[in-house]
Parts: sequence; structure tokens; C-alpha cells
Amino acid sequence: MSEPAGLELAAVTKRYGRTVAVDGISLRVPAGTYCCLLGPSGCGKTSTLRMVAGHEEVSDGDIMLGGEVINGLPPARRGTAMMFQNYALFPHLDCLDNVAFSLKMRGIGKADGRERAHRMLQLVEMDAYAGRLPAQLSGGQQQRVALARALITDPRILLLDEPLSALDPFLRVRMRAELRRFQKDLAISFVHVTHSQEEAMALADLIVVMNGGRIEQVGSPREVFNAPSSLFVARFIGGHNVIEDGPGATGGAVAVRNDLVRLVDAATLGGGGPGDGEIRRSGRVAGIEFQGSVVRVTVAADADLELTVDVAERAFFDNPVGLGDPVVAAWKPEDAHALTGGSA
Amino acid sequence: MTGQPRGAAFWILALVFALFVLFLYGPTIAIVLLSFQGPDGGLTFPMNGVSFHWFAKLYEGVGVVDIWAAFRRSIRLGLVVMGLTVVLSVAAGLAFRRRFAGSGPLFFVTVASLIVPSICVSLGIGLEFRLLDDQVNAMGGDFPWLVDGFTTTMGLFTSGLGAHLTWTLPFGLLIMFAVFNRFDRSYEEAARDLGATAWQTFRYVVLPIIGPSLIGVALFGFTLSYDELARSSQAIGDVNTLPLELQGLTTTVTTPEIYALGTVTTAVSFVVIGLALALILWARRRQERRGSDAGQGMV
Repeated sequence: MSEPAGLELAAVTKRYGRTVAVDGISLRVPAGTYCCLLGPSGCGKTSTLRMVAGHEEVSDGDIMLGGEVINGLPPARRGTAMMFQNYALFPHLDCLDNVAFSLKMRGIGKADGRERAHRMLQLVEMDAYAGRLPAQLSGGQQQRVALARALITDPRILLLDEPLSALDPFLRVRMRAELRRFQKDLAISFVHVTHSQEEAMALADLIVVMNGGRIEQVGSPREVFNAPSSLFVARFIGGHNVIEDGPGATGGAVAVRNDLVRLVDAATLGGGGPGDGEIRRSGRVAGIEFQGSVVRVTVAADADLELTVDVAERAFFDNPVGLGDPVVAAWKPEDAHALTGGSA
Repeated sequence: MTGQPRGAAFWILALVFALFVLFLYGPTIAIVLLSFQGPDGGLTFPMNGVSFHWFAKLYEGVGVVDIWAAFRRSIRLGLVVMGLTVVLSVAAGLAFRRRFAGSGPLFFVTVASLIVPSICVSLGIGLEFRLLDDQVNAMGGDFPWLVDGFTTTMGLFTSGLGAHLTWTLPFGLLIMFAVFNRFDRSYEEAARDLGATAWQTFRYVVLPIIGPSLIGVALFGFTLSYDELARSSQAIGDVNTLPLELQGLTTTVTTPEIYALGTVTTAVSFVVIGLALALILWARRRQERRGSDAGQGMV
């Protein structure tokens, strides 16, 4: 296996004519990191990945892998390997020949190449299917073969373009655990593009939230979830109430996690009510969604402020509220996280 | 199906369709039937006995023209046109995947060749080659060996080949457009990612994937050339292709022999189409066999 290498982007820009797809982003991904590029479609995450892979030219800036500038090199000489969105397995070749493809292109003997391809298929537990064509495999099996085909090139970093989007939801959860396991075993960096915050949180050591060609926030899933840096991140990552004219100290917008907001029955308010110093908003229950371990209650406060409160399932049914009931949503000031950055 | 009685619309449409099919295949069927006319039979129904008499006559030769030489010429020309159509269409199809300066006008000029009346194209080609002949003759003053026995630059594989390509290439290009429209570029990127050169990508990835469609292009190239008449008429030179001979024979031959000839040429077309289909089937079977793990205890 190759030495794992750190990836660094320095003011990388991608322009298509007059449109700027990626706007001077800088990023450092340490060796052996599972990194997710997260953002809505058109945010520049795929362009960024494709520039690292060498399938898109860099308009400006530098890409370094293991300290070496790679943005002038052809894809195969960068030490990167890419797994494509629909895997792009060659439909006319069986699994073994797909995996052995890069060896054949490099002029490695047929027997030697097949031997190595078999070993790689064993690694992804697909050796039993070596003679099958891609069309005869399930989505999850195709992903494993695509992984084997990428890994046989001994990459120092693996680039994955929405690898789970072609799978059904059930399989998606299983395959993402598999991806995580492979990354840990191989100890090389994976850079994984996704628009699913759930996927990013489940997989990543490092989440890079992108929007409009720029990086909004870089951090561990916990950091990003607990301290979203901007309105955009708070909204995109989900699970937060964004209050634009927040009564916090700053007077700017704040974000409060849904599960850190408490529901207080309007009737119990009064003398000796809930903890002092809490911020309260009164309103009416506008929606109740049972979600299993939590019940999601929507509270219509004021004219155009809607708050979402995640109440633990037990707590909700111990003290249930109904649609239209007057309620008060309350949270501690220290749980309100001030947001910076432009509107979203 | 449901047990409901068919409405009037169904029967009307069925009748229209039946008439259409009859119109499409009726003439061919009539010719094939009449080619088995008895020795005393004429050019029209009724059949006067059934025999291979006219095929035997055909085999001996038709009047003064060497029909089998024309047949061989048509096959040879058809095969060359087929090969060139495939190679040039693929190359052009690859080129048109990128926008290049003048790609729009070039496309329209190419396809316009289908719109211009064939006979005009043919006349034009004939005129061009006559100009070329004049040039060659003019140079004869300086290079006498050049015009020694020279008659014309027109011929089966010069002007004739060109005329046929003006007909087959636009079709080939249009098919390639459809093929590459459906072609997923990520296959090529994956190949590049795996270290394939541009040529290796084409040879080991693009070509095998589009291969089955190329059989279709080849088939088009051959059959369009094999029964081409109008474009060949003024541009073929001294010798004739089979359709040209056939046209000549319709005015001079007054026996069912001409029907026998029609039956043979139709049969050749069918054989070519059948071969192409068999080739596609064979390719598909081979791939399925390769991909099959039946009997290996797999689930």
C-alpha cells in the first residue's frame, strides 16, 4: 500500500466561462481522514472533487498531495483514485477484468494482473462474483467492485462522488458503514462528496460544508452540529431552530438545537415557573410528528416564527399536548448559539 | 386481455394497418412469386406452372450484359462503402461530441446532402470528374505517359464510391449522434482515472461499448449502397452496378427472368441483414456466457 498522504487545497478556483463554481477555497485534510464535502447541489463540492481527481482543470490555485503539487499531473499519476457516482463499471467486462483494468493498461502480465485482481476482490468479499458482469450485480455489490477497482491502483487518497446516492435507503446505511470500515482498515484519506448531512455526520472525521462555491465551515460532525457558524450551516445541517432576531446578547441571529428547546404548558406558567433566565416564546401547537424516540412538535409563535421542538417520546406522552394548544417554548440562553455570515 | 368487444376505431385502424403492410410487402411478394413462373408463363399473373426455369436462365446470363459481374461489383462496392462509413462515422461522431469552431455549419452541410435531390448530386459529381479529366488531359502535353490509354477518372471506386458515401455518411453520422447521446462519459473518465491513454480508452472501453451499434451503421452502409440507383446513375463511369443494370433490363427484358434477378438481389439483402442480426445475437450470447456463473453454486 502507498503511504497515506495529506491533501491541501490553496485558494483553488474553478471558473466555467464567467460562472465561478469554486471560489478560492483553501482546505487541509490530514492523512488518514474521512472527509465529507457537504452542500446542496451546485455548491461546488463535485467540481472540487473532480479538480483533485484531475478530471477538471484548476482555474487558479494549487492542489497538493503529500506536499507535492499535483494539479498539473494526469489523473493516474496523482496518487488519487476516484469512485464515480454510478460506479462507471465497464459494462462489457466482468468483475475481474474491471478490477484488473488499470493493471492491463500499465502492461502488467495477464496472470499477474488476474492474481492481484482476485486478491482485491477477496478484500471486498466479491471474489465469488468475479465472472459476473456489472449488470448482474446489485447496487451494493457494484459499489464493492468499484471500490476494488479504485483501490488496486494503490491510491494515497480515495475520492468518492456521491457513492451512496444510487442505493436504496436501507442499503445506503449498510454500505456507508462498510465504507467507514474500509477507510479505517486502509488508513488512507477518503474524500466523500454528499448532499446528505445525515450521511456526512455518520461517516466523517471532518465535515466541510460548502455553499455557493465557498467553504462555510470546517469541523468535526460534533463541532458543526453544536456550533454551526452561519445561518446557512444551521439550516442545512438541520435539527436547529434559527431565530433571526434572536433575543441573545448579540442581537443577531441565533440557532438553538431542537432537542434543547423545552415545551412548557402555558397553564403551569406563573409564580414559581420554570428556571429563571430562560428565553420563552409562546405560541400554539401547529404540528405533531411522531418520529420514534422523539416527538417533533411545531410551535407557531408570533407572526412568522415557527419553532421546532424535539420532545423525548416518554416525556411527550407523560405530558401530552394537542394541536392548537397554547404552549410556551423555552431554552437556556447559553444553548442559543450566535450565527454569523450572510443570510441563507 | 379484457373480454370487451372491439370498438369501430380498432377495426378501422386494423384495416389501415393491414393495407399498409400489404402495400409494403405486396410488391416484393408478387415479384418473388412470379419469379417461379413456369417456362411458358409471362410477366403477369396468373402463374402458368411453377419452376426454377427463370433462375436457370438467369444463371446462364441475361442477354448481352454480364449480370454476375455487376452483382460482384455491387457487393464489392457495398463492402468498401460499409467499411468507410463505419470508420468515418465513428470518427466524425467522436469529433462532434465537442463543440468546435464551425461544428454547427459542418453538421448542416453534411445533412443537407440528404435533402439535395440525389440525381443532382449525381450530375454534380459527374461534372466534377469531367473537369478532372480535362485537367489530366491538359497535363498530357508535359507527361505523355499520363494520358497513354487514359479515358476517364470516373469509376466504381472513385466517383462511384464518392457518390455512395454522400448517401451513407449522413445516415451513419446521425446514428452515431444517437449512440454518443446515450454514452455515459464517466466510463471514459474512469478509464483515464485507471491510467488508460486516450487510445486505450477508445480501444478497450468506448469501442466495445458502442460495438453493437456499429453493426447497425455497417448494415445501413451496405444496404444503402447495394440498392443505390439515383446517385450512381451519372457518376459510375464505364461499368454498372447491379441496380443500374436492373433498371436497364426492365426496358429490354420481357420475361420473368427479371423477376428471378429481383428475387436473388432481395435474398442477398435479407442474408446480409440476417448475418448482422446473427452477429449481434452471437455477441450478446458470448457476453452472457462470460458473465454467467450458473452451476458454480452461486445465489
